[in-house]
Amino acid sequence: MLSVDIEKRLGDFEIKVAFESQGSVTALFGSSGSGKTSVVNMVAGLIAPDRGRIALDDTVLFDSAARVNVPMHRRRVGYVFQEGRLFPHLSVAANLDYGRRMSRLPRDDTEQRRIVDLLDIGHLLDRRPGRLSGGERQRVAVGRALLMHPRLLLLDEPLASLDSARKREILPYLVRLRDEAKVPMVYVSHHPGELRRIATTVVWLDGGRVMKSGGLELLDHADLDAL
Amino acid sequence: MFDLTPDEWIAIHLSIRIAIVATVVALPFGIAIAWLLARKDFWGKSLLDGIVHLPLVLPPVVTGYLLLITFGRRGPIGAFLAENFGIVFSFRWTGAALACGVMAFPLLVRAIRLSFEAIDRRLEDAAGTLGASPLRAFFTVTFPLALPGVIAGMVLCFAKALGEFGATITFVSNIPGETQTISAAIYTLTQVPGGDAAAFRLVVVAIVISLAALVASEWFARRAGMRYHGD
Repeated sequence: MLSVDIEKRLGDFEIKVAFESQGSVTALFGSSGSGKTSVVNMVAGLIAPDRGRIALDDTVLFDSAARVNVPMHRRRVGYVFQEGRLFPHLSVAANLDYGRRMSRLPRDDTEQRRIVDLLDIGHLLDRRPGRLSGGERQRVAVGRALLMHPRLLLLDEPLASLDSARKREILPYLVRLRDEAKVPMVYVSHHPGELRRIATTVVWLDGGRVMKSGGLELLDHADLDAL
Repeated sequence: MFDLTPDEWIAIHLSIRIAIVATVVALPFGIAIAWLLARKDFWGKSLLDGIVHLPLVLPPVVTGYLLLITFGRRGPIGAFLAENFGIVFSFRWTGAALACGVMAFPLLVRAIRLSFEAIDRRLEDAAGTLGASPLRAFFTVTFPLALPGVIAGMVLCFAKALGEFGATITFVSNIPGETQTISAAIYTLTQVPGGDAAAFRLVVVAIVISLAALVASEWFARRAGMRYHGD
């Protein structure tokens, strides 16, 4: 379980957010500029909150009172970025293997094959990221984050850079991931439709605050025109 | 007419050795300073930037003279190194390599810094979330991506070191077999009657070496670039 209670000032914008993720996929929902990405960046350790506490199960990742701030490379929090951020100088196979190498985990071919099959990226292993379509790139990015054996997987608008046909292509993979991979996820999006398919609980952010949190029924009241 | 005399071979050999040693020794310092200038904000950054670039704008004779009074036998650093480590620069080929390295350093740092600045830092964040410490992220992501720029910087540094004249001759003089590089040899030959043919031979050699270095760097950079952007 991820528990977050943080404050962060970014210029004129102030984030003051507290929530706990219960189910397997927690949606961080809100319009652009509501602070969703900043929150996941603080969970991943890319930026540090000004005050507060972030804990994953019984591991404290950040606690300003206790002066704890685990560096991002020791958090074991997987992150799928909006633009994939695959390493352009490495093949798909080397991208997938990067997290395992950096975390000094033993090679696990069965696990690797399972993830590769789950995401259907076996035919791409020898390619460079520059030769992938947007959908393939995001699938590889998900696989790369999973293969480091994260305790939590953050997905920041993983479908935002894709057209609607590609979105429909990838969503089923993510749903399978939720049902089979057993890694809790935080899924950032401003699309109620997307979240209805994947999320189990919803945290609705607005202007850097949690407006509501609860089940998927929250999305039914989402004022679509405002988003 | 193209039989090089033993003395000319010595000058050529010495020049190449000096340029290679200057480039190889300058490289780690160049990478470290380029990274600092590209990535860090600290007190005195513009001063450091200025000092690194000084040899580019100062008259080479001034740089050579400054080296002489600091790294010469009686200079503070020169005396310290000679007493404690037995490293002597004055009137030795090592001094020529030092002078060439200092003169070429700004070109090396500039090229590497530009290539560091061109790298998407978000890739380093991605490496961090995948468990790479900042040092490992540097060696597995930043440095490989900057490699074409590093190679370009090394070739510029090598070429500048090969052609350096003013600072070298001021610091370590023009001693055949010890500090007389191709440039210094050409200069000497143009000062003596009947030296034209020998000077011309060395000029051709200088052109060939420089062109070969350029072609080699293009080839390396293209290979490195291909590794990143295609298959």
